[in-house]
Amino acid sequence: MKTGSRLEKILESGAFAVTSECGPPRGADADVIRKKGELLKEVVDAVNITDCQTSVVRMSSLSSCLILKQMGFDPIMQMVTRDRNRIAIQSDILGAAALGINNILCLSGDHQRFGDHPQSKNVYDIDSVQLIMTVKKMRDEEKFLNDEELTKPPRLFIGAAANPFADPFEIRALRLAKKVAAGVEFIQTQCIYNLGRFEAWMRQVVDMGLHEKVYILAGVTPLKSVGMARYMKNLVPGMDVPDELIERLKGVPKEKQSDEGIAICVETIQRVQKMEGVRGVHIMAIEWEEKVREIAQRAGLLPRPAA
Amino acid sequence: MITAEIKPIEEILEIIEPYDKIILAGCKECVAVCAAGGEKEVQFLASALRTARKSNGREVEIREVTLQRQCDPEYVEQIRDFAGDYQAILSIACGVGVQYMAEHYTIPAVPGLNTAFMGGAVQQGVWSEKCQGCGNCVLHLTGGICPITRCSKSLLNGPCGGSSNGKCEVNPEIECGWQLIIDRLKLLGEFESRYAELFPIKDWSTSRDGGLRKIVREDLKQ
Repeated sequence: MKTGSRLEKILESGAFAVTSECGPPRGADADVIRKKGELLKEVVDAVNITDCQTSVVRMSSLSSCLILKQMGFDPIMQMVTRDRNRIAIQSDILGAAALGINNILCLSGDHQRFGDHPQSKNVYDIDSVQLIMTVKKMRDEEKFLNDEELTKPPRLFIGAAANPFADPFEIRALRLAKKVAAGVEFIQTQCIYNLGRFEAWMRQVVDMGLHEKVYILAGVTPLKSVGMARYMKNLVPGMDVPDELIERLKGVPKEKQSDEGIAICVETIQRVQKMEGVRGVHIMAIEWEEKVREIAQRAGLLPRPAA
Repeated sequence: MITAEIKPIEEILEIIEPYDKIILAGCKECVAVCAAGGEKEVQFLASALRTARKSNGREVEIREVTLQRQCDPEYVEQIRDFAGDYQAILSIACGVGVQYMAEHYTIPAVPGLNTAFMGGAVQQGVWSEKCQGCGNCVLHLTGGICPITRCSKSLLNGPCGGSSNGKCEVNPEIECGWQLIIDRLKLLGEFESRYAELFPIKDWSTSRDGGLRKIVREDLKQ
């Protein structure tokens, strides 16, 4: 164990891990986070807090992490390199560790063009792979990026994302290998709808032996409706929603579509659970956190092991 | 070259509103090539401004000049003889030229163009960005395609998860810079050796982040 992370402990024990995510509010109301937290109690091993996802301004990931930490969760602080230079990044890493945060997810972040402040400047002093290198250097070498020593290293379990559905497909496993070489310890994938493509990617990952070097958590997001499925397919970058899935949702009456979406999600979890190299599942129920418990229950993932 | 586009005529009229006698100065270098601030554009803009001001009932006197370069004191000095007879210089060179005019003359130098980027022609009437002048070129490592400029996030270890069918997540009209790099490395037979390498964290101090930049060539200095 390199850190005090509950997620690391569960993954190291060989148990199939369950994580979920919590999107902070567009306001200063801590109760929004607490309410979302209540819905996830005893359902997940760790919970991600997004960092101004889709470049929309929200309460900061670190402060939301602290609110969940106070409720007994093991939060995963998402950090994008879009909004911070290396000075702010290293500072926030130290601050997070000092507040008892045990996990970080290193991301480049959606371009601000998608968000609510498309007029802003972006930073991109470093990229997501280099953010992994940064955390690892600070934690294991006890040094800042300028090679100066730091006094107490931040003991963070290092995560990153992988998107098997982005192009070009043939480099997707190679790019994961770069993240592994940089020092990543767990991966949460983009939401899986195209199981065939995910399986093909996992085969490459296993062939390269990467599954033995990094814990891979398969990402799933339940579809609420045909409308959401179409939106994800057409408007969310790097998302692959096959037509047969949309047809399946269209095949049930409108009021039953969300149930069908949950059923698809549960089936997806059961399928990925059988794949070699998949060590857990990351359930991203976007503004639908109340369904995570049901999904985990129906997929046979409850109760969670004691950490 | 440095590319630029002419500002909307309404904005230029607003900028020159206080003046009745101006010099309209073009440049024969980059902005002439990208058809924004050369001799032809000087003539065209001068006549458009005269007509607009005439219809507003307040005529403007415009002296048209097109210098060889506005980024060189030698040429900028060529309007010295008559500059004092005018109230302002409307420069349609790039931002460099406008600033040279401002440094050399006591009357206001105002811009008629929006300076855009370092790039080149794609086809007749289309220009695209190629270089951000980061001061530490890595093109030998990336198949001659710049990740800093061509990737919308300037990722050195790309492509990100938003690359789809060769296009960037920002806009389907933008090609994914990293898809281009990968294709090119494959063509050159360098993909295997280069792609797996981790690109180290970049030193941006040679870019504008290091403060105002200056090149001093001692061997040429007088």
